[in-house]
Amino acid sequence: MNIDLNLKIGGAAGQGLQTTGMTLSKTLKKSGFHVFATQYYLSRVRGGHNTFQIRISDSPVYAMTESVDLLLALDAASIEQHMAEVTDGVVVVDKDVIEVKEDQNSVFHVPMLKIARDVCGDKIYSNSVSLGAVIGLLCLEMSDLETILKLSFRKKGEEIIQKNIAAARAGYDHVKENYPGGCKFAVSEPDQKDDLMLINGNEAVGLGALAAGVQFLAAYPMTPSTGVMTYVAANADRFNVVVEQAEDEIAALNMVLGASFAGARSMTTTSGGGFALMTEALGLASITETPAVIFLCQRPGPATGLPTMTEQGDLQFVLNAAQGEFPRCILAPGTPEECFYLTAEAFNIADRYHIPVFVMSDQYLADSLFTLPRFDASRVEVERHLLTDQELRTKNEEYRRYKITPVGISPRALPGQVGTVVVADSDEHDEFGHINEDPDNRIKMNDKRMKKLEVLREEMPAPKIYGRPDASITLIGWGSTFGPLAEVVDILNEKGRSVNLVHFTHIHPLPAEEARNSLSKAKKTICVENNSTGQFARMLKVDAGIDVTGHVLRYDGKPFSPEFIINALKEKEVI
Amino acid sequence: MVSIEDYGKYETAWCPGCGNFGILKAIKQALVNLGKEPHEVLIASGIGQSSKLPHYLKCNAFNGLHGRSLPPATGAKVANHELTVLAVTGDGDCYGEGGNHFLHTVRRNPDITMIVHDNQIYGLTKGQASPTSEIGMKTKVQTHGVFNMPLNPLSLAISLDCSFVSRGYAGNIPHLTSLIEKAIQHKGLSLVDVLQPCVSFNKLNTFNWYSERVYEMEDTGYELNDRVKAFERSLEWGDRIPLGVFYVNDKPSFEEHQEVLQSGPLYRNKPEKEKIDPLIDSFI
Ligand SMILES: Cc1ncc(C[n+]2csc(CCOP(=O)(O)OP(=O)(O)O)c2C)c(N)n1
Ligand code: SF4
Repeated sequence: MNIDLNLKIGGAAGQGLQTTGMTLSKTLKKSGFHVFATQYYLSRVRGGHNTFQIRISDSPVYAMTESVDLLLALDAASIEQHMAEVTDGVVVVDKDVIEVKEDQNSVFHVPMLKIARDVCGDKIYSNSVSLGAVIGLLCLEMSDLETILKLSFRKKGEEIIQKNIAAARAGYDHVKENYPGGCKFAVSEPDQKDDLMLINGNEAVGLGALAAGVQFLAAYPMTPSTGVMTYVAANADRFNVVVEQAEDEIAALNMVLGASFAGARSMTTTSGGGFALMTEALGLASITETPAVIFLCQRPGPATGLPTMTEQGDLQFVLNAAQGEFPRCILAPGTPEECFYLTAEAFNIADRYHIPVFVMSDQYLADSLFTLPRFDASRVEVERHLLTDQELRTKNEEYRRYKITPVGISPRALPGQVGTVVVADSDEHDEFGHINEDPDNRIKMNDKRMKKLEVLREEMPAPKIYGRPDASITLIGWGSTFGPLAEVVDILNEKGRSVNLVHFTHIHPLPAEEARNSLSKAKKTICVENNSTGQFARMLKVDAGIDVTGHVLRYDGKPFSPEFIINALKEKEVI
Repeated sequence: MVSIEDYGKYETAWCPGCGNFGILKAIKQALVNLGKEPHEVLIASGIGQSSKLPHYLKCNAFNGLHGRSLPPATGAKVANHELTVLAVTGDGDCYGEGGNHFLHTVRRNPDITMIVHDNQIYGLTKGQASPTSEIGMKTKVQTHGVFNMPLNPLSLAISLDCSFVSRGYAGNIPHLTSLIEKAIQHKGLSLVDVLQPCVSFNKLNTFNWYSERVYEMEDTGYELNDRVKAFERSLEWGDRIPLGVFYVNDKPSFEEHQEVLQSGPLYRNKPEKEKIDPLIDSFI
């Protein structure tokens, strides 16, 4: 990695942080950089202090870091809170607007408001002035920013496009004329410009669902899951999807089950609090053996918790939610790429095993932007596992929705198919689906359902190993923490340590044997999780008899950075 | 030709003499009269004595959770709008536990026929008050007698502009049959609130009690789409209790708003993977 720069934009909600950050991310991606961007925002629509952080590099980056090279301060809080993070960088600020008390060398005044008024006659163009200034300080050319501005304002007409470009150029020129040496960071555009995507986790889940042929989505809005619902809704007409905003999460999952029972590939999206309401219907999905995909985007709880922050605090809840014992499947993507492929896989598992399948993400992955190689839609298979009319006709026995089979999976017909009826029941039932409270029947049906879990376990792939398989220290992670953990492995190995990462995306049913194998070689195994009790480590213990040697936990609402993990490892004398 | 026999004959778990038997008969007869084959019909139900009904006739059934008959019914109807979808529920199931779904399903207006077995009591849990229990009714829980205002399902439905609002009586099967037929034929959400004597727990609203009071409205005396008149009529409850269709409002159903359903049932659509590439491109 030759180039590694961290840009932070700070401001109040409603100040256009998101737009500025997005435009800058797109521009830098266009210039050929790998981009990783995260947002830190409060649960309010206006005011408060939020940040948009962009890291750029000439190699892939999947995590944020804590030092800041360029701070674009749009409010006073940005200076108060983040000045200390800028060790050897530059702080861009409009001193006409924001009072800067302790004037330091790093502070560079750009009169954004004045330039916007002078050049375009309106202060609303000051965001574009700031964009030009940032590109100038990075010692880059203006052309990519111009292209992105053209694209962004395409719908608003030529005049608006030109004004934004003029504003950006004025900001750029201001840097060239006033910054000592004309610019701050000697970065040059990478020669090789890959065909990369810039996408966040939620969009990737939505895209995965569409690729998998989702037909019905019912959900109730809840941060940070809502992005998936809106992404699918935005494309619903083109992809023949019905999206319904249910009256509550109870209705959402029950609707999904009705739709799925009648044959539609269906999913719901929610966060922990909403899922708490869905637990009742989760059991219904299982006993009726109705496929359902549940996208669960975690945020810190309990109750309303920290609505816009991140945590991996719902694993044990999802593992155990709802009364009784029944099979479920949990997948946890670590990158948007995995969000895409695993969401599609979730539909196939649901349809194959007739069980609820979770895709567990969190606010960090949901809202972070990554540059990634282009997704390959041709890798997505749609496997429905339904009885055809022909198969139904040629059966010489009466159709049994819950027929006992060696693998526990019964043939699935749909209501409306001629020659049979399909009966599903939340009560314990016989093979036909009719209520049956007989003890022998109960055992048979329970065993049949649980059998599927064991069959599925065989299919769950082993965890991925990042770094050398025989390292002496193994970091263990699941889901969204992949990026920061992989970077820690790179940093420490570069310093001569022997560290690898065993990362789990297929969480439950846990491939226990493979898990034990991949963790058997290391002297130290440290489980790194975004929660306070080590929920995944507990699962490793219970499901695979694995005792980890240590934990690194974070539960202040923020995601891991490589520095945070390395500091914790030092403190615990692991390294 | 469909016949009553096609809908099968099953043993039930209902008390002898229960009003539920009349409702079951009327539903079967209505489906036969309309020429519906069992495989074309899907009944979604909740939990309660009433909600066991789908097990007592042969058709597709989704017997779900207490209070939740309407959301799966809605989902199923969207997935395959060629199915005739009924939601069979009780007064506790539909107006109590499932009250929120009732409100919002009326707003959504899917083409579903709701048949509410309104026995003014909780049957399956052995005799607690329901949202429609009369003031003063004593139970083991309501030991001082019910004092919460009973909910009036018809007034509520009319106030919400429900597409089809009617009341039947389990003791008048021919009338109930024709009501259910009309409800199924109506496009949009149809409510059939059925007065259903519970011979085991409701000692107040018995067959005799209802029979002395109910009367069939030959003619409502107003245009059926007159909401105010219908509302007024729905308040009639006491010595005389009207049966029949109170209110009809033809408005587009939930499915009709979904353009994607015009080309056929949702579940039949084939995924069009070639449309994914342009979407992926939009992130490049
Ligand atoms: C979530 C939940 N709460 C409570 C119950 C217990 N329960 C079963 S049926 C019922 C009431 C049924 O009353 P109603 O809908 O009027 O039906 P009826 O039995 O009178 O036909 C209750 C409270 C349950 N099954 N599930
Ligand atoms: S308890 Fe009442 S409603 Fe239930 S079956 Fe018996 S009589 Fe009918």
